[in-house]
Amino acid sequence: MLLQVERLDVYYGAVHALKGVTLCAEAGEIVTLIGANGAGKTTLLRTISGVIPSRSGRVTFEGRDITRLPAHDIVGLGISQAPEGRLVFANLTVEDNLELGAYRRKDRPGISKDREEVFRLFPRLRERRRQSAGTLSGGEQQMLAIGRALMSRPRLLLLDEPSLGLAPLLVREIFRTVREINQRGVTVLLVEQNAHMALSIAGRGYVLETGHVRLEDRAERLLQNDEVRRAYLGG
Amino acid sequence: MSEFLQQLVNGVTWGSVYALIALGYTMVYGILRLINFAHGDVYMLGAFFGLYAAQWIGAADHPTPVRAFVVLVAAMLGCGAVGAIIERAAYKPVRRSSRLAALITAIGVSLLLENGGILVFGPNPRFFPQIVPSSQISLGHGVSISNQQVIILVVSTGLMFALRFIVLNTRVGKAMRAVSHNHMAAALMGISVDRIITFTFVLGSMLAAAAGVLVALQNPKIDPLMGIMPGLKAFVAAVLGGIGNIPGAVLGGLVMGIAEVLVVGYLSPSYRDAIAFVLLIVILLVRPTGILGTQAAEKV
Ligand SMILES: Nc1ncnc2c1ncn2[C@@H]1O[C@H](COP(=O)(O)OP(=O)(O)OP(=O)(O)O)[C@@H](O)[C@H]1O
Ligand SMILES: [Mg+2]
Repeated sequence: MLLQVERLDVYYGAVHALKGVTLCAEAGEIVTLIGANGAGKTTLLRTISGVIPSRSGRVTFEGRDITRLPAHDIVGLGISQAPEGRLVFANLTVEDNLELGAYRRKDRPGISKDREEVFRLFPRLRERRRQSAGTLSGGEQQMLAIGRALMSRPRLLLLDEPSLGLAPLLVREIFRTVREINQRGVTVLLVEQNAHMALSIAGRGYVLETGHVRLEDRAERLLQNDEVRRAYLGG
Repeated sequence: MSEFLQQLVNGVTWGSVYALIALGYTMVYGILRLINFAHGDVYMLGAFFGLYAAQWIGAADHPTPVRAFVVLVAAMLGCGAVGAIIERAAYKPVRRSSRLAALITAIGVSLLLENGGILVFGPNPRFFPQIVPSSQISLGHGVSISNQQVIILVVSTGLMFALRFIVLNTRVGKAMRAVSHNHMAAALMGISVDRIITFTFVLGSMLAAAAGVLVALQNPKIDPLMGIMPGLKAFVAAVLGGIGNIPGAVLGGLVMGIAEVLVVGYLSPSYRDAIAFVLLIVILLVRPTGILGTQAAEKV
């Protein structure tokens, strides 16, 4: 098992945001996490990445307990995240953003090679490499956020609503790229509100509801599930 | 005319000192949204560390350029360490508390350094040794500049370019910019946000220390409260240029230095300290974001 989350409890002050969440991802999978606004999806990804502390429960990655590790060390172990809202460094260039994605790495040739790979996945970023990230369109910023997350050579990639605010055509392009990234051996944990798209590229899925895992199944079965269809697929 | 030029030379000299101090305020603000009110006192410590270093290596009795340089570096290293200690011991514990808690902490640290200074260095002014024997250089038309002013200008300009290089071109500088943009996003890159914050305090404190030594070359009377006024003025300079904005701090410092000598020269020396506050009020009324500052547009 690549990633294992066991009975995780997270609070924001008095708000109990995650209530005993258990979830896992096997190497090579695309696992999706769907749920309504406020269900706790972002909280879960942030806790895995170590930017939010958990009160109880455990996160293990490749058999190693990472629950209490600081965020910057978790990146070094091979988990990276393209966060909700993209959070690209607006005043830095596209290239500098990518370079920061590789902050923990020292292998210069490897870094340039991976940057070329990001430019191959997202050719628009190459054209805009010296432009400051704040001047990119929303879709380009999302590409940059994903590309930047790839620069640390993750084995697990956490994506928080990559389709947010993007036109349908662009959403399809992003999802195609996510699948390609996965085919190169990167395990993906994908948080989405666009449940249809997410379930169509994922192998398995979890439905999160007010901090609980409500359902867990193979993606094609979730697509057929009445409850899921009603709540997340618009009938 | 020559009178005006002479004032301008003096103003730019003072301005570059304010700029050095203002950079520390603005970098810390950029990264923590905190006004480090103890920063002026770090400048004071720089002068005292310089004094002790000068006595230690005998730069006072046998001044040489190398010894003067050693004094400068020693003061910068000493204050860099003090900056790191202040950040770790005082500010880090309250980082997740309210801004009011951070503000009170800053004022507390400032009082601690001032009163600790009185305790350790004594309440009376001390004389900073002549580590660079003074001489005047004539620029013609009745305008002259002292060699000490030249040193102030050259060293502060050099330090500002060094800072610019660090911030724009190095790995740690890019990490500083990432942290100042968004702590969480920076942490997700694998940047140790804590370490970058400490580094920022170290850099700012080193610049303040350099300012302390440079000023002491010219005004050798130093005392534990000497940091209060320049600290306030440099803070105003940082606000003037746009707090959080590095070129803004340099511009604000120069404007402050020039405004000050013009007021002294053409109005009255007794208004010297008042001009800082006039500038502060004017900028807050006319352009609260400062000359080069932009509206805080992050966190959409
Ligand atoms: N910083 C915070 N302080 C207090 N409560 C928070 C904070 N962040 C999130 N919450 C609360 O925690 C719960 C889970 O929020 P979270 O952002 O994880 O949901 P989400 O599933 O990602 O929602 P969305 O689809 O809108 O992004 C919500 O009830 C939210 O109000
Ligand atoms: Mg969310």
